[in-house]
Amino acid sequence: MKTRGRVIGLMLAVMLVLAGCGAANNANDSKGGGTNNSAEPGAGGNQAENPGSKDEGVVADIKARGKLVAGVKFDTKLFGLKDPGSGEVEGFDVDIAKAIAKKLLGDESKLELKEVTSKTRIPMLNNGEIDLIIATMTITEDRKKEVDFSDVYFKAGQSILVKKGSSIRSIDDVTKDSKVLGVKGATSIKNIEEKVPGLKVQQYENYQEAFTALRAGKGDVLTTDNSILYGMMKQDNNYEVVGSTFTDEPYGIAIKKDEAGLVKLVNETLEEMKASGEYDKIYEQWIGEKPADE
Amino acid sequence: MIDLTVLTEHWESYFIGLRNTLFASLMALAGSFALGTVIAVFRISPIKVLQACGTAYVELFRNIPLLLVVYMFFLGLPALGIALNGFVSGTLGLMVYTSAFIAEAIRAGILAVPQGQTEAARSSGLTYVQTMRYVVLPQAVKIVVPPITNQFLNLVKNSSILGVVAGLDLMYYGDLVNADTYNTVDTYMFVALFYLILTLPLAYASRLMERRFARSG
Repeated sequence: MKTRGRVIGLMLAVMLVLAGCGAANNANDSKGGGTNNSAEPGAGGNQAENPGSKDEGVVADIKARGKLVAGVKFDTKLFGLKDPGSGEVEGFDVDIAKAIAKKLLGDESKLELKEVTSKTRIPMLNNGEIDLIIATMTITEDRKKEVDFSDVYFKAGQSILVKKGSSIRSIDDVTKDSKVLGVKGATSIKNIEEKVPGLKVQQYENYQEAFTALRAGKGDVLTTDNSILYGMMKQDNNYEVVGSTFTDEPYGIAIKKDEAGLVKLVNETLEEMKASGEYDKIYEQWIGEKPADE
Repeated sequence: MIDLTVLTEHWESYFIGLRNTLFASLMALAGSFALGTVIAVFRISPIKVLQACGTAYVELFRNIPLLLVVYMFFLGLPALGIALNGFVSGTLGLMVYTSAFIAEAIRAGILAVPQGQTEAARSSGLTYVQTMRYVVLPQAVKIVVPPITNQFLNLVKNSSILGVVAGLDLMYYGDLVNADTYNTVDTYMFVALFYLILTLPLAYASRLMERRFARSG
């Protein structure tokens, strides 16, 4: 009995320690926010002391730091891919990040890119490691509860990638017994599981791992946005995207909640890029065709 | 505050994950103990070839990361035409990796029994098998129990590697719950609690066993 009590006591102690860690982190976060953000809502006193600055929240942080920190994918061809030779991260998302850095700081090189995955990006944004997420991220109602989004900057749709010669020719050929691969935390998983009742998708850490698993014969189908699948097709032409898209995936740039200033700046950047033709230029450069409309 | 809905709304995910982790751990545990014993016997056998095989096995699997051992089964074997799913490759990887450590623990235990014991037993007329059975092994077991149970505890915790190869274990489902709730701290805190449900009884049982052996000695 005595020992059992000790075991339960130990478990409680562990829970307390864990809960304590969580609380401590939150405390640090809000403290950090208070000191850095001269005009965070609620920090009214600070605002009065600093009337000259019109920048608020994260925008003020970025300008003080002289560098924009953007979370992009490092493993996604066409959008954000780290070139192992040069070490440079390149892609459509990266070019958008450069344009935002230029708008904010006047210089597109004042940009730090941090790697995010579908799994890590929201926690990293909310704990302040990155200022914004530009990482093939679909705008959804659920995510809007956690973060704010810019206007749509890319219109993708979910599709499927199969080995050439596969009997699966479109989403209609996928049954609940098909072996489908995807990535943890991606909206594409829910979409296809809803479309094919009873299907259980095998989920990997990132797209590179999922594609490696497909090539190792771990599944018949890899599903995600067509934009990412086209990149994989370029990587290994034994695989092809089949059928048409079966969802709309509007990509947005995610920003921490209550940072209207940064959302506005990002939207202005996007509008200016579209007006100047720069948007069409990078779209064509990466995707290989002109944007559909607008 | 801890958000209990993370647990209540994803109860099934946690439960399936816990069940699979338990299942993978038990299989890897039994397998690594059997395999580890064989390798230990190889290493202390008087036959040079067996010794070399045992040493090569231990040095290889003890000195490369567990993730790579698992990848070997998951991504390497398909090149040879053998396709295993994430659960099976993860469990095999775990078994092979842990068996190297267990082999070392068993070997050390047997070698720790002083040579004089064997000599005394043999000179009082016991055969080699009798010497092992009645003199050396009972003493070796006592020495071996603590390090082996440590390896078993490590094995249960290392089983989280299955999460990386879609092995449907507790960690895998934890990642999925996290993707669903965005509540990272609470999600993984419950994952940690579920691991404790598996490891604490194991730790407790090993302590009981140690005490029993200590008394019998």
